[in-house]
Amino acid sequence: MLSLLSIVLTFLSLVIMPCLFVSWRLLVPLSITNIRRFIKTAASQSNNREESGTTGEKEKGGKMPKHVAIILDGNRRWAEKRGLGPSQGQEAGARTVMENVKDYFSMGINTVSLFAFSTENWGRPGDEVNYIMDMFEKLVKSEMSNLRRYGVKVSVIGKRTNIRESLLDLIREAEEATKNNKEKHLIVALDYSGKFDILQACKSLAEKAKNGLINVEDIDENLMDKELMTSCSEFPNPDLLIRTSGEQRISNFYLWQSAYTELYFPSVLWPDFGGTEYLEALDWYQKRQRRFGRRV
Amino acid sequence: MGGGGVSQLLEQIHMLSRRCLFRVLSMGPLPIHLAFIMDGNRRFAKKRGLEDGSGHKAGFSALMTMLQYCYELGVKYVTIYAFSIDNFRRKPEEVQSLMDLMLVKIKSLLDKESIVHQYGIRVYFIGNLGLLNKQVRAAAEEVMKATAENSRVVLLVCVAYNSTDEILQAVKRSCADKDVERERERVRLVDIEENMQMSVAPEPDILIRSSGETRLSNFLLWQTGHCQLFSPDALWPEIGLRHLVWAILNFQRSHSYLEKKKKKKQL
Repeated sequence: MLSLLSIVLTFLSLVIMPCLFVSWRLLVPLSITNIRRFIKTAASQSNNREESGTTGEKEKGGKMPKHVAIILDGNRRWAEKRGLGPSQGQEAGARTVMENVKDYFSMGINTVSLFAFSTENWGRPGDEVNYIMDMFEKLVKSEMSNLRRYGVKVSVIGKRTNIRESLLDLIREAEEATKNNKEKHLIVALDYSGKFDILQACKSLAEKAKNGLINVEDIDENLMDKELMTSCSEFPNPDLLIRTSGEQRISNFYLWQSAYTELYFPSVLWPDFGGTEYLEALDWYQKRQRRFGRRV
Repeated sequence: MGGGGVSQLLEQIHMLSRRCLFRVLSMGPLPIHLAFIMDGNRRFAKKRGLEDGSGHKAGFSALMTMLQYCYELGVKYVTIYAFSIDNFRRKPEEVQSLMDLMLVKIKSLLDKESIVHQYGIRVYFIGNLGLLNKQVRAAAEEVMKATAENSRVVLLVCVAYNSTDEILQAVKRSCADKDVERERERVRLVDIEENMQMSVAPEPDILIRSSGETRLSNFLLWQTGHCQLFSPDALWPEIGLRHLVWAILNFQRSHSYLEKKKKKKQL
């Protein structure tokens, strides 16, 4: 009886200890769903490695994205469904970001971009906009220490002309405090418009051409990449773009940068987008065959 | 004799029921501009065990059918992604066979029985045409000239096209436009937009990419900021009326919401 018990306990510890170790390394909570996902991901990774061995030209499937961009859509609909006001929806959305942000960088993902506020959103009712700005201020203040602790570099991209001074000061402080962090980069798009980003890059290139710093004929994609607001990142072009709430549009987020991005449109609303849904997105990404116009 | 009569009758019935369906659809808002990424031709040929070039030929007939449906429905602008600058990186034999097919099909557009004359289509060839070989380029320019007077509907064929290339060309042209001597001349949004080749059409309302891939692949990046994306799983030669109808129904579902936002400028 005792020997049977000891055998069972030994077996359990042999199984649970590796699970705990993997969950600690991947920064993912230990649960049956996550164990299943990990096994599925590992299996598909080894499958894809076999396949890319046989056809040399195929892009390596099974790799993790280096840059994930997320459009946080569905906060107001989430609140409406529960009979709450839109500001409570925004708050729930912010809470989702705070709870999950460190997990976004697991599995080797270097850069995460969040579409927090679009230039078009200024057209929303004044009190909603003010509430959102107040919320951003609160968020930056409360999350600063956490982000420093996780070693995350924070960059805020977008027009800065309409943002209030107090929020701008907090942003500058956050960027300054985290500028030396390397492995993880969080880009927050605040008052961002993809068209404006391309336009300001074009203006900058035109200025340089006018001042003789570059030749007009030399203007190419690389020069453009350096002028865009995403040039602050090591991986400016997202590999995966997630837009929650089921709407299948890019809504003027990364336009130039999304040329070859895989687009994923889950129907879940943003406040309900947790770690599990994120893993599902990554799983979906790994199954994509990326050809970049060439033959498979 | 009887068989031919029956199939003709069936075709008439099909056309009538299609007209009814389109009448019903036009009760709601209709897109003005549809864009298509015709993906999956090679996979189709592989699936059916056909030889390599026949996937693209099947794709071409699917395209003609789709154009017919679009123009019957009342869509004014249709843009198709025929050949990307990235596709030049494919095997030389494949690129050559694609160029040969394009030459034949472009020339066929000038025929009296072609769809161009049937619907009065004005054809534009958008892209870096200098990258094409002389014959294809000459044929394309001939078609553009021959259809310049048509005004009912428009077909924009993107060949040797990349959205990033289009934007860069627009920047270079804007730089050249501005007088070097004039002091405070700065490039404005309207300058870039005017110099984009796609400025001859409004922004697309729906972008349909066949074969289930959800990527833009460097197509109309500037123009699809607020465009509805639709990715049916069917490969391009398998695309049919039901996919078009479904895309339009989806468009109609979110259209009123989007129009409201546009009016309030809240997007």
